[in-house]
Amino acid sequence: MDFRDTPEEAAFRDEVRTWLSENLVGEFARIGGGRGTADEEHWDLRMEWERKLGGAGWIGLSWPTEYGGRGATFSEQAIFNEEYVKANAPGRITFFGEGLLGPTLVALGTEAQKQRFLPPILKAAELWCQGYSEPDAGSDLANVRTRAVLDGDEWVITGQKVWTTFAHHADWCFVITRTDFDAPAHQGISYILVPMRQPGVTYRPLRQMTGAGEFNEVFFDEARTPVDMVVGEVNGGWKTAMTTLGFERGTAFLSMQLAFEREWRNVADMARKNGAADDPVIRDRLAKAYAGVRIMAYNGMRMQTALAKTGKVGPEASIGKLYWSTWHRSLGELAMDILGPAGQIVPAAGGGEYVLDDLQRSYMFSRSETIYAGSSEIQKNIIGERVLGLPREPR
Amino acid sequence: MNFAFSEEQEELRRSVRRFLEDKSPVTEVRRLMETTEGYDPKVWAQMANELGLQSLHIPEAYGGQGFSFVELVVVLEEMGRALLCAPFFSTVCLAANAVLNAATEEQKQALLPGITSGETIATLAFTEPSGKWDANGITMEATPDGSGGYTLDGTKMFVLDGHVANLIVVAARAAGTGGTEGISFFTVPGDAAGLTRTALPTMDQTRKQAKLEFSGVKAELLGEAGAGWAALSKTLDQVAVCLAAEQVGGAQRCLDMSVEYAKVRIQFGRPIGSFQAIKHKCADMLLEVESSKSAAYYAGWAAAEDNDELPVVASLAKSYCSEAYFHAAAENIQIHGGIGFTWEHDAHLYFKRAKSSEILFGDPTYHRELLAQRIGI
Repeated sequence: MDFRDTPEEAAFRDEVRTWLSENLVGEFARIGGGRGTADEEHWDLRMEWERKLGGAGWIGLSWPTEYGGRGATFSEQAIFNEEYVKANAPGRITFFGEGLLGPTLVALGTEAQKQRFLPPILKAAELWCQGYSEPDAGSDLANVRTRAVLDGDEWVITGQKVWTTFAHHADWCFVITRTDFDAPAHQGISYILVPMRQPGVTYRPLRQMTGAGEFNEVFFDEARTPVDMVVGEVNGGWKTAMTTLGFERGTAFLSMQLAFEREWRNVADMARKNGAADDPVIRDRLAKAYAGVRIMAYNGMRMQTALAKTGKVGPEASIGKLYWSTWHRSLGELAMDILGPAGQIVPAAGGGEYVLDDLQRSYMFSRSETIYAGSSEIQKNIIGERVLGLPREPR
Repeated sequence: MNFAFSEEQEELRRSVRRFLEDKSPVTEVRRLMETTEGYDPKVWAQMANELGLQSLHIPEAYGGQGFSFVELVVVLEEMGRALLCAPFFSTVCLAANAVLNAATEEQKQALLPGITSGETIATLAFTEPSGKWDANGITMEATPDGSGGYTLDGTKMFVLDGHVANLIVVAARAAGTGGTEGISFFTVPGDAAGLTRTALPTMDQTRKQAKLEFSGVKAELLGEAGAGWAALSKTLDQVAVCLAAEQVGGAQRCLDMSVEYAKVRIQFGRPIGSFQAIKHKCADMLLEVESSKSAAYYAGWAAAEDNDELPVVASLAKSYCSEAYFHAAAENIQIHGGIGFTWEHDAHLYFKRAKSSEILFGDPTYHRELLAQRIGI
């Protein structure tokens, strides 16, 4: 047990710091850290920054070198994330490609798929979105009804997806479709890569309770994609979908802890400024939130060590997702209690629009976090059944 | 960065677990908790002679093995899991650490070998009838006797194993001082003249406490006069880490009991663990138990390193692990239903230990206030 950098880790950290100090300047430095994976502010500038990151080899750090990655260790990836957040560098746009599809392709993709799709992710040349949820397939994801039917050497896809972040920016979507209509729910699903820019794909923004519209409804109306765009087996897509979800619930969020700790600091600063920090109940809640965000870091480090030893995320990753989403939601509630009456007023900077300040936005947006990527209730089922071995609900 | 125990540390865990399964099964826990002494001298000697537990983290210069708090955390976790009835916490976590933090070199040479060999049962007496865990709780006065010694007058309460200890480390203050000023440590033999020791009937029978009444008791100064608070404060941080580790072991056992039962108890024709109402309780417990481990282990490392983070992570771990253990122990009873409420079932032993551990050395609210101060709120 040792929480200090090894000499190799220290050297890597230096390299990251040096690059950031030389490149995170001017307009890039002014943008500041992101406000979650769905944030769209300063889009063009952030895309330019992503291409800069990609050019310097900082995207897909831990991917194998034969596909353009650096083959970095988990600890190097974690060091990069730490330094990135500490430097208050721009919020990342390439999450869905780098964090979700990329690792899924590395694990389960064909050689051709890896060659075709990994390099553009690394260069931020192609953006991805995630086609999972549907109006009738939320927690019960295996109930997807979007159909894919083979027509010669192309799949023809028809159906509706919902809560699709960045659909309006994405070049491609990884879509869970039904390809066998007679098989049991989990056995008739295929995971298919579909180009977004074609006549058969339309989308419509969904306005959220925050007032913003980062999520979309996506409609596939006989959209087409080549036959070799299935990741994993045809009708074996449930396994692929769960592999992606494992990354979404696990490693992809390891880097969020530092951003949360920064947010805790902002809340504590607000409490000091407006005097709320003199209230013993607020003090208790602030200390509890601090303990919570530090333990999130300790949990992450334990998971990272386990990953470095076994190379896999297991169902334990569900503890992480349940943990951080619950923690963040209660921080949002604490922030509003600290803001007091001032929290009732939407900033004038919105020019009459319903635009929230950062703490208000976090208070609202965190309600989505205990729902997306598997609701807290689903996480608890997974923990109960796969980690603790409790019997499944009769179905 | 490496957040895992080494193979040697895992082996230590296995051997302590085997030892406790053999020497401290729940039948023994139940037998000893009914006694006033609250421990088995034979097992205490075996702990010292066969496993060297009392000497584990004490430097080799004083007859110890020179391991760190990380190893101590492993051992305490197993003791918490087994509800070991022994004066280990008082002797090793409280007294030995107080001596290590406060004593002169000569005093360490004199006092610690007895602890490492298992001959000395020791404790730390600092809390008084006010039940305060901070410097203001110490009102007992130490009066210089004019020939280099001191006499102590007053009452110490909630002293772990105070009725069986043969070495008592006492915190008292100089007349006319207050707060963190003027506090010193003293040592008193358990059979000192003028010392009246009363075993207290404890709600948690697996952990014994005593009231110690001092009336002109001759005492020897431990370390430097008036400089005791820094050493006591550090001792209390270390003790918080130790207790957090014990709590982790107890909480894990409660979770294990709950999960085992939820798999086999049938109601409405199916195991109760298949109902989400029960499953989700278990999932919440797992999250808290795992998080407690992360906190306690990290705090153990900070204590081992004796770094600046220790005060913050000690209060952090104690406040979190206290609530996690209590929650696990309470849910364990709920999941067991009626049987969990009986004297016969072991759930109440953990429920009581969880509550006494939550209160000892400051409850979660107390430690969160300390934490708030320590992080500058």
